[in-house]
Amino acid sequence: MSVLIYIDQAEGHVKKASLEALTYGAKLAAQLGTTAEAVVLGTVTEDLAALGKYGVKKIHHVSNDTLNHFDAQVFTGVIAQAVTAANADVVIFSNNVDGKALAPRLAARLKAGLVTGAAALPDTSNGFVVKKTVFSGKAFANVAINSPIKVIALNPNAFKIEAGEGTAEVAALNATVEASKVKVTQVNKVTGEVPLSEAEIVVSGGRGLKGPENWGMIEELAHLLHAATACSRPVADVHWRPHHEHVGQTGLAIAPNLYIAIGISGAIQHLAGVNRSKVIVVINKDPEAPFFKAADYGIVGDAFEVVPKIIEAVKKLKGVA
Amino acid sequence: MKILVCISKTPDTTAKIAFTDNNTKFATDGVQWIINPYDEWYSLVRAIELKEKDPSTVLHLLTVAGAEADPIIRKALALGGDEAIRVNADSQDSFYIATQIAEVAKQGNYDLVFTGRETIDYNGSSIGGMVAELLNLPYVALATKFDLNGTTATITREIEGGEEVCEAALPLVVSCQKGMAEQRIPNMKGIMGARTKPLKVVEPAAADTLTSIAGFELPPAKAGVKLIPADNPAELVRLLHEEAKQI
Ligand SMILES: Cc1cc2nc3c(=O)[nH]c(=O)nc-3n(C[C@H](O)[C@H](O)[C@H](O)COP(=O)(O)OP(=O)(O)OC[C@H]3O[C@@H](n4cnc5c(N)ncnc54)[C@H](O)[C@@H]3O)c2cc1C
Repeated sequence: MSVLIYIDQAEGHVKKASLEALTYGAKLAAQLGTTAEAVVLGTVTEDLAALGKYGVKKIHHVSNDTLNHFDAQVFTGVIAQAVTAANADVVIFSNNVDGKALAPRLAARLKAGLVTGAAALPDTSNGFVVKKTVFSGKAFANVAINSPIKVIALNPNAFKIEAGEGTAEVAALNATVEASKVKVTQVNKVTGEVPLSEAEIVVSGGRGLKGPENWGMIEELAHLLHAATACSRPVADVHWRPHHEHVGQTGLAIAPNLYIAIGISGAIQHLAGVNRSKVIVVINKDPEAPFFKAADYGIVGDAFEVVPKIIEAVKKLKGVA
Repeated sequence: MKILVCISKTPDTTAKIAFTDNNTKFATDGVQWIINPYDEWYSLVRAIELKEKDPSTVLHLLTVAGAEADPIIRKALALGGDEAIRVNADSQDSFYIATQIAEVAKQGNYDLVFTGRETIDYNGSSIGGMVAELLNLPYVALATKFDLNGTTATITREIEGGEEVCEAALPLVVSCQKGMAEQRIPNMKGIMGARTKPLKVVEPAAADTLTSIAGFELPPAKAGVKLIPADNPAELVRLLHEEAKQI
C-alpha cells in the first residue's frame, strides 16, 4: 500500500501547490505507516529526485509528448496506471485548476470516495475523516471516506511546505497513453504577473477606487510586495479590471497569507472568497464598512491619501528608492 | 443537438451558516434557496444562448434532489429550457449524484452536458469530472467561453496565470464559470411558460455512496481588528513586517 501524490507541472516546473501536496502526502503516509510515492506527467526540466526532500520515496515519471498538453481524460488514464504501479490506496491532488478536473475523474474511475478542498490531514484514529472547507470558506465539514481507495484534493495554501533531507528514486513508468480528443490551440499567459491562485500576497481593489484609471497605485503596491492583484465583482462587471481578477463567492476563492482590501465594502459574497486568507488588511473610508469585522488590521481613511503613504513606507522597508 | 444542464439548489449567498443536530446538519430554518449561481448565470444562460442561435436545439435541465427542489427547477425553466428532469434522491455523496446524472445522460443521448464549476455550499467541483468519466467523454473544467461550430466546440478554460483555448468534438462534458455568459432575469412570459413545461420525476438508479458527512464546524472567530490611524500608514507596514511577519 502507498499514498500516491500527483505532481502538477507547467512548462517543466513543479507548481508550488504540488510541493504542498507532496508534504501532505508524505505526512499522511507516515501517519498510515506506508510510503509516499508520486507521479508526474510530461517533460520536466527540474531535478525530480530532489523532490525526495519533501518525504516522497519514489516518483513515477511518464514522459510522452501527448502529455505536454493537459487533457483530463488522457491524464486520468495514465494516473490510474500509476495507482496500480504504486499499489496506492490514497491519491492526493492539489485542488487547483487541473486537480479539479483530475481528482473527480480518477475517483469515479477507481470508485474511490472523494474529498476536494481538504484543509487538514485526515483523522485516521477511527475510520478516515477529512476536514474540508464548505459554504465558500464559512464552515468546515468533516467527511468520512468509506471506500477502500480514497482520493483527496488539498486546498492550495492550506498546508505548509516542509523540506528535510532525502532524494527520491525516479522511475520511468511505461504507461499506455491514449490519443487526446482535446486539441489545445492557444495558451495565453499573463506574463510578469503573479498568478492570483498561487499568490502569497494579494492587493485587491473595489468600487471605492472610482475608476480603472486609479489602479496604478494598486499595481505599484502589488509589484513592490510581489503580490497579485484582485478586485470585487462589480469592478470586473463594469470591466475596470479583467474577469479573472474577480474574487468572491462567484469568482475565484483565494487563501493568500496576506489580503489587502482597498475600497471594498466587504459584502458577504466577497468575504466568502477571501475569508481563508491568513491576515486581512482593510483600507476603507467608512468606519462602518462590514469588512472591518473580518479584518486583522485596518485603516479608516481615504485610499487616495493612505495608499501612496503605504507605498512610501514599503519602499523604505525594502530599500527601494 | 441535445444539451443537458445540471442544476443544483443552494442556500442564498447571504444565508446564515449554522448547524443543528449536534452539528451534523445545516440549519435550514429561514433559509432562502436559490439556483446555484454557477449553474444559473454561467452554464444555464450559455446553454440558452446556444439554443437561441440554433432553435432546433433541445435543452433539458436536470437536478438530483427531493421535491423541495421543484420551485428552483421552475425558476430555472423560467429562464429557458424545454423540460426538466428531477431524479428523486437526496444525497451528499458526489459519486452517487454523478452516477444518477450519468444515467440520465446515457439514456437521453446528449451531445453536451454542462455543470457549474462548483456549488456554493459543498464547493465540491466534482460532478462534471465524475460524469465525464462515467460516460467516458472528454471533460473541460472551469470554462470561461464556449462556442460551437457544427459539432466542434471551441472552449476557453482558466489555467494558473492565464487561459487556454482548445477544440474538441461533441459529445463533451464542460464545467462553467464566470465569462461564459451574463446573468439574466426571467421575464413574465418565461415565468408563466415555466408552469406548463414538463418536469419529469424519475427514481434513482442503484448507486454506491462512498462518503458521508460526519459533522460540521465553524472557523474560530477573529480576534478583532487592530486599527491604525490614517495619518500614520507607516505603522501598518511596520506591523505587517514585525508582528504579522507577512511582508
Ligand atoms: C449572488 C451574489 C453573488 C455575488 N458574488 C460576489 C463575488 O463573488 N465577489 C464580490 O466581490 N461581490 C459579489 N457580489 C456582490 C456583493 O454583494 C457586493 O455588491 C460587492 O462585493 C461590492 O463591491 P465593492 O465593495 O467593490 O463596492 P461597494 O459595495 O460599492 O463598496 C465600495 C467601498 O469603498 C469604500 N470607499 C469609497 N471611496 C473610498 C475611498 N476614497 N477610500 C477608501 N474607501 C472608499 C466605501 O466606503 C465602500 O465600503 C455578489 C452578489 C450576489 C447577490
